[in-house]
Amino acid sequence: MITITEQKPLEEVRQYLDRCKGVYIIGCGTCTTMQHTGGKSEVLEMKDKLEAAGKKVTGWMVIPTACDELTREALAENAKDIEAADCILVMACAFGVQTVNFHIDKSVYPALNTLFVGKEKGPTDFTEICIQCGECVIGQYAGICPMTWCAKELLNGPCGGSKNGKCEQKPEHDCAWILIYERLKKLGRLDELKEFAPPKDYSKMKRPRTLKVSPL
Amino acid sequence: MSLKSLLEAGKFVVTAEVGPLKGTDTTEIKEVAELLRGRVDAANVTDQQSSVMRLGSLATCHLLKESGLEPVLQMTCRDRNRLALQSDLLSAYALGIENVLALTGDLPSLGDHPQAKPVFDLDSVQLLWVIKRLNEGYDMVGNELKGKPNFLPGAVVNPGADAGAAFELQLIKMEKKIMAGARFFQTQAVYDPDAFAKFMKRVAGFGIPILAGIIPLRSVGMARFMNKNVAGIFVPEELINKMAEAEDKAATGIEIAANIIKELKDICHGVHIMAIGWEKKVPDVLDAAGL
Repeated sequence: MITITEQKPLEEVRQYLDRCKGVYIIGCGTCTTMQHTGGKSEVLEMKDKLEAAGKKVTGWMVIPTACDELTREALAENAKDIEAADCILVMACAFGVQTVNFHIDKSVYPALNTLFVGKEKGPTDFTEICIQCGECVIGQYAGICPMTWCAKELLNGPCGGSKNGKCEQKPEHDCAWILIYERLKKLGRLDELKEFAPPKDYSKMKRPRTLKVSPL
Repeated sequence: MSLKSLLEAGKFVVTAEVGPLKGTDTTEIKEVAELLRGRVDAANVTDQQSSVMRLGSLATCHLLKESGLEPVLQMTCRDRNRLALQSDLLSAYALGIENVLALTGDLPSLGDHPQAKPVFDLDSVQLLWVIKRLNEGYDMVGNELKGKPNFLPGAVVNPGADAGAAFELQLIKMEKKIMAGARFFQTQAVYDPDAFAKFMKRVAGFGIPILAGIIPLRSVGMARFMNKNVAGIFVPEELINKMAEAEDKAATGIEIAANIIKELKDICHGVHIMAIGWEKKVPDVLDAAGL
């Protein structure tokens, strides 16, 4: 499971940095390195582009995992170059951006859009697997999540828009309900499809979500 | 007679679809109501069909009723959460609207405001269940209502879904809709009466009135577009050729629709004519079909 990101258009990044004289760039050695959105080569590419646009880049680093607590130490080790900048551009997912933001009293800007939490189907193919609805229903649907896979988050069967087994929103996307039907059939559980699924409890998705657990 | 009484009496029912336009000019709605009054038993009003922002279904239903035409409020789950859906249902009943067609709704991404946040808080089966609860005098969380509605809830089914899983899923969902309270069905457009007859045999055991959808053809392009893009619609090549050869496309489209209605008359409980902008031709279709 990784956080799936894409690079923002350079123009948007440049607008963020409009009022900054010096910028320090941070990449991440985990998800964004794997996806080539914020690893070492993308950080260096960004440095060249910003310098070509007349920005001063005071330094850069690629933190092994920007979202974990070692980020604080990495920032401390590079304090001198960071101090010389008046803003930080982070080429990590939103977790990384917020971790950096938490540890530093400078303006922190994202260079990426965080798209979803997903998995890799291939080196260039990423798929969302969970929308974190807070009330897992996949037990009823043979392990296929209609909240994630059905464009309308339907719980009682497909809409009328399924054509050739595909979704009308994205014709390359399999209709979740065809997948659910085929798998339930294989498992000998088709009768379960006739059960009424009551309205979902969306209070489980009230944001911001927090959780406190009892210590072990 | 009301739609409910006609369906209960087992009469062959004719409904038509009215699509509000974008804006506040209601002239055409009143003209269409005038033409359809006395010719159809009720008229469905679409709920921002194809996710294109327009005048609302509830207000248009009210205008139809004022014009003496019994409305069927189409209600989708696309734009309203459970609070708004229930409140609009109560509002509709307070205005004397008694028929509701519960739909999931199209995806906003396919309409003219693709940036919109899709709601889909409920799905069509759950919406039918909510209507049933309201009819029983309670909101969906069990609070008692002061004054309860008596809606006739309807639903849709797509008899032309691809054979195999998609078709079986339509039947499963149809059964769930009946369990949740649907009292009649309107279908996606039918162009192949033989295929539709097979569908009717499969669902005969459900014992529920089914109104077959009719979309009069206007051109070869329209037929090909629907075949390519609309799930469950299949216009046979023979009809497309007939349209291609026709000198008067409008008359031929009306004649084809009327012939389909004649073939369907003995195998289902009514027809639902979706003229999609051609509402004023509905009386011509009915004349040609002998209705």
